[in-house]
Amino acid sequence: MSTHLASARPARLSLALRDSATMLRRNLLHARRYPSLTLNLLLTPIVLLLLFVYVFGDVMSAGIGGGGADRSEYIAYLVPGILLMTIGGTLVGTAVSVSMDMTEGIIARFRTMAIHRGSVLIGHVISSVVQSVISVTLVGAVGVAIGFRSTDATVLEWIAAFGLLALFALAFTWIAVGMGMVSPSAEAASNNALPLVFLPLISSAFVPVDAMPGWFQPIARYQPFTPAIETLRGLLLGTEIGDNWWITIVWCLGLAALGHRWSKAVFNRDPK
Amino acid sequence: MPSSVMPTSRRGEDSQSSAAVSTVGLRKSYGDKTVLDGIDLHIPAGSVFALLGPNGAGKTTVVKILSTLITADGGQARVAGHDVATSPDGVRAAIGVTGQFSAVDGLITGEENMLLMADLHHLSRSEGRQVAAELLERFDLTEAAKKPASTYSGGMKRRLDIAMTLVGKPRIIFLDEPTTGLDPRSRHNMWQIIRELVTGGVTVFLTTQYLEEADELADRIAVLNDGRIAAEGTADELKRLIPGGHVRLRFTDPSAYRRAASALREVTLPHSRLRSSGGTPIDEALALRIPSDGSQRELRSILDWLDSAGIEADELTMHTPDLDDVFFALTGGTDQPKEAVR
Repeated sequence: MSTHLASARPARLSLALRDSATMLRRNLLHARRYPSLTLNLLLTPIVLLLLFVYVFGDVMSAGIGGGGADRSEYIAYLVPGILLMTIGGTLVGTAVSVSMDMTEGIIARFRTMAIHRGSVLIGHVISSVVQSVISVTLVGAVGVAIGFRSTDATVLEWIAAFGLLALFALAFTWIAVGMGMVSPSAEAASNNALPLVFLPLISSAFVPVDAMPGWFQPIARYQPFTPAIETLRGLLLGTEIGDNWWITIVWCLGLAALGHRWSKAVFNRDPK
Repeated sequence: MPSSVMPTSRRGEDSQSSAAVSTVGLRKSYGDKTVLDGIDLHIPAGSVFALLGPNGAGKTTVVKILSTLITADGGQARVAGHDVATSPDGVRAAIGVTGQFSAVDGLITGEENMLLMADLHHLSRSEGRQVAAELLERFDLTEAAKKPASTYSGGMKRRLDIAMTLVGKPRIIFLDEPTTGLDPRSRHNMWQIIRELVTGGVTVFLTTQYLEEADELADRIAVLNDGRIAAEGTADELKRLIPGGHVRLRFTDPSAYRRAASALREVTLPHSRLRSSGGTPIDEALALRIPSDGSQRELRSILDWLDSAGIEADELTMHTPDLDDVFFALTGGTDQPKEAVR
């Protein structure tokens, strides 16, 4: 009996890896074949970036810099927030594609096959994180093109910045997958995921938390986007990180665990 | 005690080898609606079994339970020697399912769908390519292999669906309404495909609304009605239960129709079957249905009686036995509509 278990465990793990890799390939194939959804979602952060820099830039710079500051200072302030907002946008795509996928007959087929059960979801999550990282890179490139420069960030800090973005994407993707799973249609999924797009608007992405009304500051300060944005700013621009790094990590781990449990529970329910 | 600890051991192979699928008292309800009310099945390995029933009879629910897609509320089900509740992965490794709604990935090509299945069955790359190419060829999909599956016609999708099911070389195949929505040519193609499957020794469990289809394909047929097995047997055995088709009389004049309907109800009819069940009015169409076995003798006696009763229909058509007739036979005719029971 015990020998059975011992040999069964690595077999299960390799099955899980293999099937998840297959599902990942399937999801990436979808994304590559139909890139319009992903690309459309990129438009929002890029438009906001350009809008805030070129249209509101002078006023915003004056606001954050206390006068005398020019537009480039606001670019530096804005880009970290826009990068995390880009992840928020990609998550809408994740929720929509998960909800659409769940209505497909192929999912019923997967459920009747002797494959690792979680692989369907893992494929979605990893594919979505990959798309998030690509989106963030593209939007980051636009930021650099219009003048964003990091101030003496070390290689280690760059790696940490990428790690932060990936961890943040992973955590929220599990939540978005859960949102997609419980949505009966693509429209519903898109609506359910909307808070993930709105949250950055009430974070320190565009204006410092100090500039917000007093009663609202605690909400803006401790919602997941603000600590992540502040940590990213610290890594790339050398601003004060303080306790933001561990608040971010606690948020990410908590949300990832919650989203994972939620998605799995919904997936294991009997389909209608 | 459940024997799930030793899934494919002696028990699975010897004493159960005669049964590919067996269920005892299978029950399922959604809310207070009972869908399956105690289903007992015993399907020998290597045979074709048809579950026949109208829409909403619970056919799909049976397939979903047996293919581990959903769980039953009560009763037991063993598929390929494994209990569906305690050893679903054992069941999954032995079965292939082609559902009522196509289980293909429409966003990728037919070939990619096949390779996806090969990967999920853990075939090597070259083996996967070979199996995919063979099956695409066999189901006449080679030409369309590089096109997205969403662009396929209904018949092509269904063929791709079955091809994908066969990648894992399942011993038991569930086909849920495999020909629903197909044109006649595709339907006959599908029948041919199913016959070929059987010669390969697999067990086929199919559901259908069409008696003709069950008759063509199945060794044994069970009629599912209202969540229960109303009858089970070979096609011939079932046909003996059916009074044998009917004659349909259609009227254009409502008053002539009403006269004929009341005459049918009152008059002592010339042959025993008419006497027992009487004519059935179908109001909307101004049509009457008289049971008949389709023999010349019986048709003549019906015509004689119509003449003597002074009934002249505008159209008379013969209907060979169909599922309606099975149900009239098995549920005691339409004199007691089901609504009255509920």
